[in-house]
Amino acid sequence: MADLHKLTIAELSEKLAAGECTSVEVVNDVLASIDTTDGKVGAYLTIDRNSALEQAKAADGARTAGKELPLLGIPVAIKDLLNVKGQPCTCSSKILEGYTAPYDATVIAKLREAGAVLLGRVNMDEFAMGSSTENAALGKTSNPWNSDHVPGGSSGGSAACVAADEAIAALGSDTGGSIRQPAAFCGCVGVKPTYGRVSRYGLTAFASSLDQIGPLAKTVKDSAILLEVLCGHDKMDSSSIDMEVPAFGRNLSDDTSLAGMKLGLPKEYFVEGMDPEVEKAVRDAVGHCKSLGAEIVDVSLPHSKYAIAVYYIIATAEASANLARFDGIRYGLRIDGKNPLELYGKTRAAGFGAEVKRRVILGTYVLSSGYYDAYYKRAQKVRTLIRNDFTEAFKQCDAILAPVTPTPAYKLGEKTDDPLKMYLDDILTTPVNLAGNCALSLPCGFSSTGLPIGLQIIGDSFAEETILKVGHAYEQTTEWHKQKPGL
Amino acid sequence: MKYEATIGLETHIMQKTASKMFCACKYEYGAAPNTHVCPVCLGYPGALPVMNEKAIELCCKAGLLLGCEINPCSKWDRKNYFYPDMAKNYQITQADEPLCLGGELEVDVDGEMKTFTLERIHQEENAAKNTHVAGASLVDYNRAGTALMEIVSNPCMHSSADALAYLVALKQIMEYGGISDCNPEKGQIRSDVNVSVRPVGQEELGSKVEIKNMNSFAFIQQAIEYEIDRQTDLLEAGGAVVQETRGFDSDRGETFSQRTKENAHDYRYFPEPDLMPVKISAEQVEQWRSELPELPAQRRERYVKELSLPEYDAGVLTADKIISDYFDEIIMKADHPKLVSNLVMGKGMSWMNEIGQAEYLSIMTPAVTGEVVGLVAKKVISNNAMNELVDILVERKGGDPKAIVEEKGMAQVSNDSALEGWADEAIAANPKPVEEYKAGNTASINFLMGQVMKASRGKANPGAVMQVLKQKLDG
Amino acid sequence: MSEAKEGMDVGYVAHLARIDLTEEETALFQGQLDQVLHYVEQLDELDVGDVEPTAHAIPVYNVLRKDEVGQSLDHADVIANAPAATDGEVRVPKIIDQ
Ligand SMILES: [Mg+2]
Ligand SMILES: [Zn+2]
Repeated sequence: MADLHKLTIAELSEKLAAGECTSVEVVNDVLASIDTTDGKVGAYLTIDRNSALEQAKAADGARTAGKELPLLGIPVAIKDLLNVKGQPCTCSSKILEGYTAPYDATVIAKLREAGAVLLGRVNMDEFAMGSSTENAALGKTSNPWNSDHVPGGSSGGSAACVAADEAIAALGSDTGGSIRQPAAFCGCVGVKPTYGRVSRYGLTAFASSLDQIGPLAKTVKDSAILLEVLCGHDKMDSSSIDMEVPAFGRNLSDDTSLAGMKLGLPKEYFVEGMDPEVEKAVRDAVGHCKSLGAEIVDVSLPHSKYAIAVYYIIATAEASANLARFDGIRYGLRIDGKNPLELYGKTRAAGFGAEVKRRVILGTYVLSSGYYDAYYKRAQKVRTLIRNDFTEAFKQCDAILAPVTPTPAYKLGEKTDDPLKMYLDDILTTPVNLAGNCALSLPCGFSSTGLPIGLQIIGDSFAEETILKVGHAYEQTTEWHKQKPGL
Repeated sequence: MKYEATIGLETHIMQKTASKMFCACKYEYGAAPNTHVCPVCLGYPGALPVMNEKAIELCCKAGLLLGCEINPCSKWDRKNYFYPDMAKNYQITQADEPLCLGGELEVDVDGEMKTFTLERIHQEENAAKNTHVAGASLVDYNRAGTALMEIVSNPCMHSSADALAYLVALKQIMEYGGISDCNPEKGQIRSDVNVSVRPVGQEELGSKVEIKNMNSFAFIQQAIEYEIDRQTDLLEAGGAVVQETRGFDSDRGETFSQRTKENAHDYRYFPEPDLMPVKISAEQVEQWRSELPELPAQRRERYVKELSLPEYDAGVLTADKIISDYFDEIIMKADHPKLVSNLVMGKGMSWMNEIGQAEYLSIMTPAVTGEVVGLVAKKVISNNAMNELVDILVERKGGDPKAIVEEKGMAQVSNDSALEGWADEAIAANPKPVEEYKAGNTASINFLMGQVMKASRGKANPGAVMQVLKQKLDG
Repeated sequence: MSEAKEGMDVGYVAHLARIDLTEEETALFQGQLDQVLHYVEQLDELDVGDVEPTAHAIPVYNVLRKDEVGQSLDHADVIANAPAATDGEVRVPKIIDQ
């Protein structure tokens, strides 16, 4: 093994361009890495070996022919809720058994256009409902840093495979923290773009007004390169924003000064019960940013504490409708009945796991006759207050620094019996989804037990460049991201 | 006690668009099952809807034709219910902010002008088509997701005649407006009918019964009549009407309860997160208004005022947009509106009944019909010969009118020595009418005229004959 | 949400959602979801009387497409995905009006 799998997109692109290695070599190295470590990590649901090698060969051919593309020959793993033409798309659910996607998600088409090699599909919480990848019907994923711990979720497979050098980068999706939280747990970088930046077409919907696809990568720079490829207006998604996409990757400056930049620190984000090691790591990171020239200002996001309540009403309501299509009629699992009513009840009972059932039932309830105003409408109004908090805060600062999670990765099975406890852990990530703005998560330390800790950099809507700049400056002047799990 | 019925209609009309409401699949009736489907209209994972601009325009134009106000900002909602013809198990529709608000329709009900008011028109998507076979049902999703608008009337009608007149007028306007072909057999116009009965003088409406998804106007009429009788009987017997959904059994002409223990629907409406609101500016509304086509009432007025047609003719010709468009095209070529009207309403309609409208129109094209009318106008053939000529053209499925006139010797004789000869013969052979005419009984000339026509075997030009006879008698 | 406080009947709502639950599941979810509903009651503290609800995080209007026919799916792929099909149609158990 030539250790190519350990490199970043930026590093590999240079080597590939210089002819120091080929994409086939890179892919072979990554496949070998998967072979040695995935037995322990369990990130992958399917590895498309032959197809990946063929794509790599094609990429090498294109390069020889003089083609230059941002991800040419770079192997990327895909969260298994994105439709890839001709392949299953399981969403880690039994209910999609037998379904073959007849089309490419827009982001998949964009990856192909950018020359990326699709490696295979990785594990997640069923329909992205969860924070630990334990709600997965088709496989178990462990944290690469300690296999007794969860990788986070719902994009647990994406974060784990990147952290374990089983992919150079991966796609995930973030509805309430599902990119940032596993990135923090696994010690990699994840970006939740502004709502509307990345097309959702082909992303199996969990909560349509919150879902965004984003990158998980080894560095901020790599995240920026991948993000640049993913963003852009798409006529197939009405919520996609028609505006110029900055060249996130190409424009990212190596200047590490944060002089002239105001960074906000929200007191509400250092919540009760937060692990002191997490708090310390984040406060140290804040100090570090100050040393890079940033001005630190106190800001307030007073409605943050309501975010979990609002999130679990809105997300489950939308999910109850979005998941109604999984009914055993047109595709996927069918358990027959003597009439459609019976078929639906049996199919959905057998096809959905417990967490999905719980959330669909909760979402159905909050929309049902007589309760809509009390739950859904009220939640939408509080959502407005949460958005306004951010609008106010960004009048005082350019970006906000915060923890991603109250604790480092917990143990497998530790919270599965208590859904509410698990939900409460999303307190620091859900406000951003509700407000629609962007945020990234990057490593800022380790617990005494050797588990990664994440720093969250929150930006205003469409301020991805700002958070990437802060993250990149922090990363270049620290060493956290260079540490590797001892697999 | 006397009772009165109150009726409201929710009429679903499939709009004339090329593609579906939220995806680019073709809208085509009668295509092989499941050939016009895509991830969006099949509700596949990850698919998203995008609004069809034309459907929005057609819905708003329908609204303008019906005097609605166009909502400056309307939005979309999901209506949740599980059914095999609903690919996503929710329908995208508009709950609280529809595209069109209010509106009204002035309708002639058996000679009396009545105004029926509308509550709203909203845009939504159609369901798939189910057919039932032994032990199973089959679903064809070609119709799933096609553009469908729902015109909701107020409960303002009181009889089956009201409802029928409303529907006929509505259908006519939608056809004229180019909004829909409104073909009931193709399911392009379907109505849910709400009927309630209350004692005369009672303010609040009685319990309402909904009869769902009927396309035949005749069945709608029967169902309403049956329901009014059933509910009135119930009330008269001291009973109460149960608010429910009922089906209509067309074989027995009766409605029947469809209630099951499945209880009332709980549609769990909420704003559709995948679609953005629609804002429509006043300028846009004015632009659309300026593009509205002539409606039947306006056309009737034009026929009477500008073409000097009798009211009766104008009414008959405008009842069907296809006929009226056809008529307009002929008079552009041939002028002579009354002659054209006579032909279309006479021979034309009788042949259409016999061989079908489409077949007749394909033979008697505006060009051919214009030529036939021209021959009459130029007095080349008589009115009788015109009818004969149309018969021949239809029987032969077409042909050159002039050639047939020649072949059959149908040209009328005028200004010809033959005319003089026939006139002389008639005067000589009928001294009595001649005498009477000369004594001042001018009507007697008609007898002589008949004799000349007979002798000419109908080919003589009646005007010319009259002239010659008068010359000779008055001489 | 005063009227909502009487709590949810998990069995009934599961039926609305068309998920057949076992008795054990019903009991388990009832307890867990009652807890969640109790938690979200904190939203009652807020006076949201004249706050506009947010349906879309980023407001955009009039996202329209031209009325043009595009590519549909291959019929064979559609049928291959269907758990049951007859004569090119998707077969389901007999629909009796519900
Ligand atoms: Mg409707
Ligand atoms: Zn379609």
